Amino acid sequence: MPATMFDKIWDPHVVADLGGGWSLLHCDRVLVHDLSGGRALQEVGEAGHPVARPDLVFATPDHAVSSAPGRTSETFPTGARLLAGLRKRAAETGVRLFDLGQDGNGIVHVMGPELGIVLPGTVLVCGDSHTCTNGGVGSLAFGIGASELRHVLATQTLPQRKPRTMRIRFEGTPPPGVTPKDMILAAIGRFGAAAGTGYAVEYAGSAVRALSVEGRLTLCNLSIEMGAKVGMVAPDETTFAWLHGRDFAPKGATWDAALADWRALPSDDDAVFDRDLLIDMRDIAPQITWGTSPEQVLPVTGRVPDPADAPDAEKRGAWEAALAYMGLTPGAPIEGTKVDWVFIGSCTNSRIEDLRAAAAVLRGRRVAPHVTAWVVPGSERVKHAAEAEGLHTAFLDAGFEWREPGCALCVAANGEAVPPGARCVSTSNRNFVGRQGTGARTHLASPAMAAAAALAGAIADVRSFAA
Amino acid sequence: MDKFTTVSGPAAPMLGANIDTDVIIPIQRLVGTGRTGLGPYAFERMRYAKDGSDNPDFVLNRPQYRDSPILLAGANFGCGSSREGAVWALMGMGFRAVIAPSFGDIFFNNCFQNGLLPVRLPEDAIRRIADETEAAQGARHTVVDLARQVVVTPDGAEIPFSVDARKRDALLEGLDDIALTLKRKDEIIAWQAADRARRPWAWESVER
Repeated sequence: MPATMFDKIWDPHVVADLGGGWSLLHCDRVLVHDLSGGRALQEVGEAGHPVARPDLVFATPDHAVSSAPGRTSETFPTGARLLAGLRKRAAETGVRLFDLGQDGNGIVHVMGPELGIVLPGTVLVCGDSHTCTNGGVGSLAFGIGASELRHVLATQTLPQRKPRTMRIRFEGTPPPGVTPKDMILAAIGRFGAAAGTGYAVEYAGSAVRALSVEGRLTLCNLSIEMGAKVGMVAPDETTFAWLHGRDFAPKGATWDAALADWRALPSDDDAVFDRDLLIDMRDIAPQITWGTSPEQVLPVTGRVPDPADAPDAEKRGAWEAALAYMGLTPGAPIEGTKVDWVFIGSCTNSRIEDLRAAAAVLRGRRVAPHVTAWVVPGSERVKHAAEAEGLHTAFLDAGFEWREPGCALCVAANGEAVPPGARCVSTSNRNFVGRQGTGARTHLASPAMAAAAALAGAIADVRSFAA
Repeated sequence: MDKFTTVSGPAAPMLGANIDTDVIIPIQRLVGTGRTGLGPYAFERMRYAKDGSDNPDFVLNRPQYRDSPILLAGANFGCGSSREGAVWALMGMGFRAVIAPSFGDIFFNNCFQNGLLPVRLPEDAIRRIADETEAAQGARHTVVDLARQVVVTPDGAEIPFSVDARKRDALLEGLDDIALTLKRKDEIIAWQAADRARRPWAWESVER
């Protein structure tokens, strides 16, 4: 019987059928971070349970660490307490920790694939909704809450119900200025912020096959903004070449055995998905969000929606509230809206290719004087790779701040925030009310679009800034 | 986890779609704090005026809804972040059940882990409960009965809902998931040994 990739990973991970549609699912890898990791390890111990498989658990501080140049773990004192807890509990339980400033540290969904901790065909969980990012290398990865995190640390398993499956095919070649970020924002705009609820999504089609691993990680990252806990891309030669030689990737004969297994993972040609959607790449232009949900998104050439045109009363109310919060005028072109801040970073868009794309737009140009512009590399390795290529110089010369790895302004849990009322073009994943700070107005876009906005001092069409 | 029984009280209407967990509880309130004491911070960006006083326009500040144990919500309630603090904050505010047309997947699951019952009902049923509650100015109660799987509206109509049997039993009996799973510890260890033989690459590469 033809099977999807999702089935091919899920089915062999079922340790026991719990009845009523429930399975006890084995988790091959667990990633923990500073915001909830220390406490979870502590609570498991206090409940009298040892950590079942500390060798399968990896920790990194990212959420509540300062991104200031020259930062230490003490720079943000509240976060310092969380990090101290994570260090203590990781040491007690034998969980590997990639500590602040050390090789391997970074945003959990950047460092995981980067170190080869995340592998095709594995089941991975983490107490963070953007765990879906890791599906970009062909892992079945999903975010969990604090209770489930304790459960997986104590048992290495989780009781789960199998979700339905969805495939989104992107066919064709990307038009100018269209990046993986634009692909997924366009999909969320078309299908809605809840379209993926209850589904595991596989991204497929010629445009996905052509993406780098970094691009696939970006694509999968926003699955949860469409409601889907799981997003994945079938592993292929691009994936294998990217993973080969990474720290925790298999080596030697074991690598060959892994390749044989991984090559069997892609969905069978005649596999049936519960929902099958298609996007023609020709229909996508560079995207920018206008509201307070990722589904409130436009091509950069578009106009701010008018609530009078909303399809129903509920949407009208939502649009009115979003426009009031965002300080936008119905019917006005979104391009040219004055911007105060630009943030390039987050588990969505902080990898080396993202920084290259932004730097290419910036080279030889200057950020508008009224704009505060930050770039926060996703990991120590991304930072060092970028510095080796001279990308940091391109950012610094243009007037960006070149900062230290972490989640930073994506979630504003580290004492850093976009000020109230300020407008920020951000490469992150959520434009929710208050996400980047109380009263902060967020417009989501690709790294190249963010760079263009920094230069123009306003929302701008990256296609006018061809490198 | 607290056992869940029947909940009765005025149902507070907050019917906009896509209320995300950042709105339910800002992350700043979850950095360096425990799970208790979050009630005052639930919805804080909508709930308070700039000077810290209660925002009179926020529905949950209206006198008839201040002690509501039941929240009526819009589609995709609890979307976004996996923070379980969103559930702790709602419970800290006194809620024991949330009724919405749909929920964010991770939030939905987090609710059950803590004894907050998420109930899926069609939009028109939720609208009806809201209208009946408003008509009585909150003086008439809605009942959420998990054992019978019905919501009783203020006017006495019974609306059935379905909830996963495993989740229902766990709520009604206050079961500890970890203890249940650990009864299968031998099965888990046997699975791991078999998988190690089947997929050595998934295990050897992380060995110390």
